[in-house]
Amino acid sequence: MLHKLTVTELSKGLKNKEFSSVELTKHFLDRINQSDLNAFITVTDDLALNQAKAADAKIANGSAGILTGIPYAHKDIFCTTGVKTSAGSKILDPFISPYDATVSHKLNSADTVMLGKANMDELAMGSSNEKSYYGPVKNPWDKNKVPGGSSGGSAAAVAGRLSPFATGTDTGGSIRQPASLCGITGIKPTYGRVSRYGMIAYASSLDQAGPLTQTAEDAALVMNVMAGFDDKDSTSVDRAVPDYTKNLENSIEGLKIGLPKEFFSEGLDSGVAETVMAAVKEFESMGASVQEVSLPNSAHAIPTYYIVAPCECSSNLSRLDGVRYGYRCEDPKDLEDLYLRSRSEGFGPEVKRRIMIGAYALSAGYYDAYYLKAQKVRHLISEDFKKAFQDVDVIMGPVSPTTAFDLGSFTDSVSMYLADIYTLSLNLAGLPGMSIPAGFSNNMPVGLQLIGNYWSEELLLNAAHQFQGQTDWHAQMPEGV
Amino acid sequence: MAWETVIGLEIHSQLKTKSKIFSGASTAFGATPNSQACAVDLGLPGVLPVLNKEAVVMAIRFGLAVGAKVNKRSIFDRKNYFYPDLPKGYQISQFELPVVGEGEIEITTEDGVTKKIGITRAHLEEDAGKSIHDLYDDYTAIDLNRAGTPLLEIVSDPDMSSAKEAVAYAKKIHALVQYIGICDGNMQEGSFRCDANVSIRKKGAEKLGTRAELKNINSFKFLEKAINLEVERQQDILEEGGSVVQETRLYDSVKNETRSMRSKEEANDYRYFPDPDLLPVEVDDELLQQIRANLPELPTEKKQRFVGELGLNDYDAEVLTSQKAVADYFEAMLEVGADSKLSANWVMGELSAILNKNQIDIEGCPVSAQAFAGLVMRISDDTISGKIAKDVFKAMWRGEGSADEIIDSKGLKQMTDSSAIEGVIDEIIANNVPQVEQYKGGNTKLLGFFVGQVMKATQGKANPKQVNQLLNEKLS
Repeated sequence: MLHKLTVTELSKGLKNKEFSSVELTKHFLDRINQSDLNAFITVTDDLALNQAKAADAKIANGSAGILTGIPYAHKDIFCTTGVKTSAGSKILDPFISPYDATVSHKLNSADTVMLGKANMDELAMGSSNEKSYYGPVKNPWDKNKVPGGSSGGSAAAVAGRLSPFATGTDTGGSIRQPASLCGITGIKPTYGRVSRYGMIAYASSLDQAGPLTQTAEDAALVMNVMAGFDDKDSTSVDRAVPDYTKNLENSIEGLKIGLPKEFFSEGLDSGVAETVMAAVKEFESMGASVQEVSLPNSAHAIPTYYIVAPCECSSNLSRLDGVRYGYRCEDPKDLEDLYLRSRSEGFGPEVKRRIMIGAYALSAGYYDAYYLKAQKVRHLISEDFKKAFQDVDVIMGPVSPTTAFDLGSFTDSVSMYLADIYTLSLNLAGLPGMSIPAGFSNNMPVGLQLIGNYWSEELLLNAAHQFQGQTDWHAQMPEGV
Repeated sequence: MAWETVIGLEIHSQLKTKSKIFSGASTAFGATPNSQACAVDLGLPGVLPVLNKEAVVMAIRFGLAVGAKVNKRSIFDRKNYFYPDLPKGYQISQFELPVVGEGEIEITTEDGVTKKIGITRAHLEEDAGKSIHDLYDDYTAIDLNRAGTPLLEIVSDPDMSSAKEAVAYAKKIHALVQYIGICDGNMQEGSFRCDANVSIRKKGAEKLGTRAELKNINSFKFLEKAINLEVERQQDILEEGGSVVQETRLYDSVKNETRSMRSKEEANDYRYFPDPDLLPVEVDDELLQQIRANLPELPTEKKQRFVGELGLNDYDAEVLTSQKAVADYFEAMLEVGADSKLSANWVMGELSAILNKNQIDIEGCPVSAQAFAGLVMRISDDTISGKIAKDVFKAMWRGEGSADEIIDSKGLKQMTDSSAIEGVIDEIIANNVPQVEQYKGGNTKLLGFFVGQVMKATQGKANPKQVNQLLNEKLS
């Protein structure tokens, strides 16, 4: 039963000594070892038990914090000292990080217990977790379906109750989309809210870390630990971190909700649309008002994203060259051979595709037509949101056009890219967004997306928590859990 | 056919910050390989650069010193290329918006001609590591200690028309960066490196010729040689009806030749784009004021002061201010009370001759400015003559003590007691009757003979002025 509890409930149980962190940790490790979801790349049994023992000691001497002794799954994109940090790629399969990411450090300092490193699409590129070198992750609701990506292992671990919470990163929807497809809660904070130091970069100007949890309340607790300025990350913002749990109980009466008409057009599955609209109605019944807004440039989000992100990744991934760490081809005959084969053999096809797109778009003679133009459109997309937020407090809509699709059903990349339509624009604008369970369509979970203005995480969490007070979609579990 | 040469220089000046431009690792030279490369310098997955503000301050110091426009907002870009000593696979540099914009500097060539050389821009960037190819048979060794060391790349306009002008310009920049305390100027350790863009065109032609970029030049002597070699090479090609290829050429100081490294076609497409890990560098007026206020006296200002306040001539003032260390040495002499003109003569004369002969920089001079001033002051107060002073200086150079100690122990103090000198003169007149008669008979040239005899008898210690005066009296 322990695995069904939320972080909030587990924290109380630990404090009241109903169970120990070691018991809790063993329970989750057992569940992970019996699971066939493939949600983890590395399970850190020994480390977890040691951390749990240390946490129990703190609980015993009364110096425990709220997250002390709570186990979690850490996306394999965060560097963790002494533990393999592969980012789902063969090229980093041999990489044991000699240092901790800031997020890892913060979670350690909060006395949490790392169960292992969660599976993910290779180097965070993908929306289905089928692109991992370590094999696809299965959706706990239907093991023939994908969990979404790239934080698919994280989402599946929480939905399958293999971990009370998980970390994720979101470059174009990689927290929100798997949260939606797995029926859990996920938040992508404002760009600059959580340090990127030690998070293996995919697209630096878009990447942002956040938690995946059962509830908004849990997300608030984890955000309290993850958020904050870091002088090791020049793009993190020196701005006070509120206590995200403080305003959860505020009434949302009078909350102005905007529905972008562009998000409810063709391509959106009717079952998903109905579920999302029903959730919006629920908000209305709680005293919120709803109006239509327009994000006219959102149609350009996909091409813009697929210029900006590949450009940045083509450069970010250059350091994976087989020279200093990571995978190196056998018997290179010269330097060029070492580069060519280490990278050809080390990267999967989706990563190679994006590196090539990026290198092409940045080339002399193409830069203005692609990269610069994409930056201009990116600005326009931000302006759309700015305008919309003059009239409303929160924008709502679907996260993904469909529920989780079958493993192996997408054979071409472009149609997979199109499924990111509702999530990408936030990253381009740097805005915060959430996915919360809103119901089911064809027995698969549907997420509702909440988009806020910059630094409005408190409001998003408050609205989500109020919704979860009125509904029990977030408390639903896959069969057999 | 008459040709004219067009030269522009790109100077990489290593900034004297304690830590690297994007990490906290030390920049000290000569440490055990890879002992000064932290996670950021190694380009580990997930690491991020954080700008060392001191590097920006130093770049701005340079900008202000050459009267350049300092850009209120500048951008760091990524220059992408693969090389094992470039850990991230890109170099963080500034491309479109450098921190320092257009400026200029005045040079004086060996022939005393002054000329203004434009500075196109100066931008901040990180250095790469070092590849060592001769350490292992089958491998190249990589030392990343230098990776991430801050560089200021100073790009000149193509304003120089001879190797000599290029050298004068390079020396001027070399002196300036040391004056303003942003670079140690050590060329052997690679703290100051020059690349030269060289082209030639028919005299009077408007259009620039195709240029070659000369790399790997680590001394002013080689800069001159490499440019002259390249000009000759290009002339030979053009005069034989060929055309110069745009390329990068490596200067080999051992063979004294330049050879092709890569042509334009083989050049990398660096795929520059703004580094998303770094924010634009914003420079506000307050910071600019603060840096301006802390700027030391610049060489041109110092030169003007030496002429105006110390009464030195233009040439001496130029020589003494051309290197900060020389100016510092000279000024330290004045501080303890040495006469300015005499000090100038001695620094530019005896001191610089012996330093040159021993190939020692003034920083390594075994005779301190204070000790040297002690010597010059003994000349001023007539304790010793200039001639004796040269011997005293040689003894000082050998470490035999201070000027006063050497004068005392060797009894070199000048004889200024008239009666003692008179005694010697009387004796010489008595012993050289025939010469005295010849002199009195009109052969006044013999005065030199008598002076020589007196100096010989007094071992050079007699005050020459007094000797002349007394001889004139006695022989008339």
